[in-house]
Amino acid sequence: MSETEALDSEQPSADLSRRRLLLGTTGVVGAVGVAAAAWPFLASLRPSARARIIGAPVEVFIGNLEPGQMARVQWRGQTIGIMRRTERMLAQLPDLNPRLRDPESAVADQQPAYARNVHRSIRPEILVLNVHCTHLGCVPQVIPEVGPQPFDADWRGGFFCPCHRSTFDLAGRVFSGVPAVRNLLVPPHSFIDDDHVIIGVDYEGAS
Amino acid sequence: MNYRQVLIGLALVLVSGFAMAAGKYGNLDQAGSNVFDRASLQRGAALFANYCMGCHSIQFMRYQRLTEDLGLSEDEVLEFLAFGDQELADYMKTSMRYEDGEAWFGKSPPDLSLTARSRSPNWIYTFLRSYYLTDDGWNNTVLENPAMPHVLWDLQGVQRAITETREVGGETRLEIVSLELDRPGMLSPSEYDAVVRDLVAFMEYVAEPARLQRERIGIWVMLFLALFTFLSYLLYQEYWKDVKK
Amino acid sequence: MAKPASTLTKGVDALNNWVNDRAAVGEFYKKHLSEYYAPKNFNLWYFFGSLSLLVLVNQILTGIFLTMHYKPDAELAFASVEFIMRDVEWGWLIRYMHSTGASLFFVVVYLHMFRALMYGSYQKPRELVWILGVTIYLVLMAESFMGYVLPWGQMSYWGAQVIISLFGAVPYVGEALVEWIRGDFFVADATLNRFFALHVVALPLVLVGLVVLHLAALHEVGSNNPDGVEIKARKDESGRPLDGIPFHPYYTVKDIFGAAFFLLIAAFIIFFWPEFGGYFLKPDNFVEANPLVTPDHIPPVWYFTPFYAILQAVPDKLMGVILMGAAVMILYLVPWLDRSPVKSIRYRSWMSKLALGLFVVAFVRLGMLGLSQESSTFELRLWTFVYFAFFILMPIWTSIEKTKPVPERVTS
Repeated sequence: MSETEALDSEQPSADLSRRRLLLGTTGVVGAVGVAAAAWPFLASLRPSARARIIGAPVEVFIGNLEPGQMARVQWRGQTIGIMRRTERMLAQLPDLNPRLRDPESAVADQQPAYARNVHRSIRPEILVLNVHCTHLGCVPQVIPEVGPQPFDADWRGGFFCPCHRSTFDLAGRVFSGVPAVRNLLVPPHSFIDDDHVIIGVDYEGAS
Repeated sequence: MNYRQVLIGLALVLVSGFAMAAGKYGNLDQAGSNVFDRASLQRGAALFANYCMGCHSIQFMRYQRLTEDLGLSEDEVLEFLAFGDQELADYMKTSMRYEDGEAWFGKSPPDLSLTARSRSPNWIYTFLRSYYLTDDGWNNTVLENPAMPHVLWDLQGVQRAITETREVGGETRLEIVSLELDRPGMLSPSEYDAVVRDLVAFMEYVAEPARLQRERIGIWVMLFLALFTFLSYLLYQEYWKDVKK
Repeated sequence: MAKPASTLTKGVDALNNWVNDRAAVGEFYKKHLSEYYAPKNFNLWYFFGSLSLLVLVNQILTGIFLTMHYKPDAELAFASVEFIMRDVEWGWLIRYMHSTGASLFFVVVYLHMFRALMYGSYQKPRELVWILGVTIYLVLMAESFMGYVLPWGQMSYWGAQVIISLFGAVPYVGEALVEWIRGDFFVADATLNRFFALHVVALPLVLVGLVVLHLAALHEVGSNNPDGVEIKARKDESGRPLDGIPFHPYYTVKDIFGAAFFLLIAAFIIFFWPEFGGYFLKPDNFVEANPLVTPDHIPPVWYFTPFYAILQAVPDKLMGVILMGAAVMILYLVPWLDRSPVKSIRYRSWMSKLALGLFVVAFVRLGMLGLSQESSTFELRLWTFVYFAFFILMPIWTSIEKTKPVPERVTS
């Protein structure tokens, strides 16, 4: 409504600049208030204290893990696989490089820095892997045997996701030409002693 | 206009009504506990672990929160407060089994998470100072014939009731007029009061841990809203200059 | 600087036109805000309508977020509220906003209703506005009662037990009715679950619908004012009321100020005094519901106590329930009980002023008596009598009293 059309009961004020200033100030302070008030509501949707505690680190005994065998544990609702790889499995990892999308694990946030090596682990033989497929979150099967498979005539052992046929090698590295584009994630983990690994706590230096 | 006077009168009646409804449990002593006194909370937590948690749980409280709010290290909490092999993530639950409680005390000891809110801090304070020994065992002037014995007696000592015969509505009754320390405990009466005050502060904290943040944030919210109210008042006055009176 | 601004303006205009060709947003804005003419002499009492709306929005918003963490299960409900208070980030704030909001809702609604009684805002042509308002009040009572049951504390449980049992007073079908409401042979999980559904979905929908109708009805006839003068009776050449000012910006800025001040008070309660001395959150409700232990004293929440007192004043269950119901329902008749030719109390005689004053005293006093366990029966009956006398005798005193002349224009 323009001020010239003012009613009998209204009179336009002479001091429009003061009015604009006040309108602006009140508006800005009000907007800050609304934004501040929105924060508690949005923050209330984050994982609760209970969820964060349930997401606490998980300790796993690996003393009885046979070579070639994989144990599974739950950490923050994710399936974590812990595999003791054989010498043979480790030896063939570099040979697969030409068939992989990211053989050097170049994408930084798919593993902690201490697992960014050819075997993607702290100790070469112990692989700790979040075994959810990086495509859409299914859990791939472990097929450690070497031999032709329906999905790969030259299979050297690895992970096969039944959902959309993504394949990964025994270091969780993704093959080229499958729907998944990233290597399986390595969760933060470290070793308490020879027989105990803890998931959720970062490894600090050599032990 | 006389309806205005009526309104003022009403406001006065209301205020007196609020005051009237306040005293639910009769005369209670002022606890004077301070939930913002961290040292007091730490002492209270230690007391609670030593004297109360044998039987009572705080089922809504995790040990872990004590490390955040009471400024204790994880090791201190586990060593001095946690029961047996409990972990930080566990709720503060007693190791006593429910059936044992029923067998030993007639009823299972209640959970104390919210007692400071359901009973009031003053009630707990007065209750823990009002045990006295009779020939039949412990009794209490705040809660008659309690199932709980006086667990703090070694600290407080043993009180006995001083009674007087009184006429109440044509009946003669033996009434307790005061409690007297019959055998002193490890602490002097004022030291004992301070100990109970710490315990009450801890129970107040446990009943509403958020209170520590609540009042701190509240001050800023109030200041902000005061500023906004002032600005919006100026804006309102500015616009209303247009309106002819 | 000028160039991009003008492109932006053009874009906004185009969007505006596109929307208005499809939905009459601009017309709606004019009709209800920029060209809704409200009397210029609103006083303090006229803040409570917009404040009610503010509290309603607060309740819906905080309610949605509470629903995300609350569990409507007799085994879990109490613990889930404590979970909100302790483990959900800021859960305590959202819960206190909701619990404080519930009580403040009744504070502003009662003041809003008192304003209507004082200035005759229910009189012709605003009967429908009043009827919708009383209906909102009724639904609000049901909404808050069911909400009060959800924390599943001792007061929730036994309050529900008592209130639901009132329906047992209905002749013949009473017991069956009570069982049907509870969905079990006692207040149980089934009761909690259905109250949850009604509290979070059904009644809020009804409430919002009624509020829209209440406002639509008001904007059709226009607002009353402290003088009870119809501003539409005197208009300028262009058809605008001489004593009216556009709601926007004049009353929007005024209501924003009112809201800010109200929020200041609300924030004080929420952050420093959320139990409000046991009136907003009762001590006994911090004890989980236990069907085996009845509390010594089961008073309803403060906003129901006047009606609870009326119930106590009658020595017969059915009659008590009828009278209690009548105490609310009689509000519907007010537009036809009032025979006065003037609306506002300003131009009525001492009779109206005394009657309204006595009514308010009776209402407040009944509220206090309903809270206490040891109220004297005499006093309960006295104020119950005054409460009803206000309505029943209204046709008489409004007919015989000598009113003052009402000015043609509003005063300030």
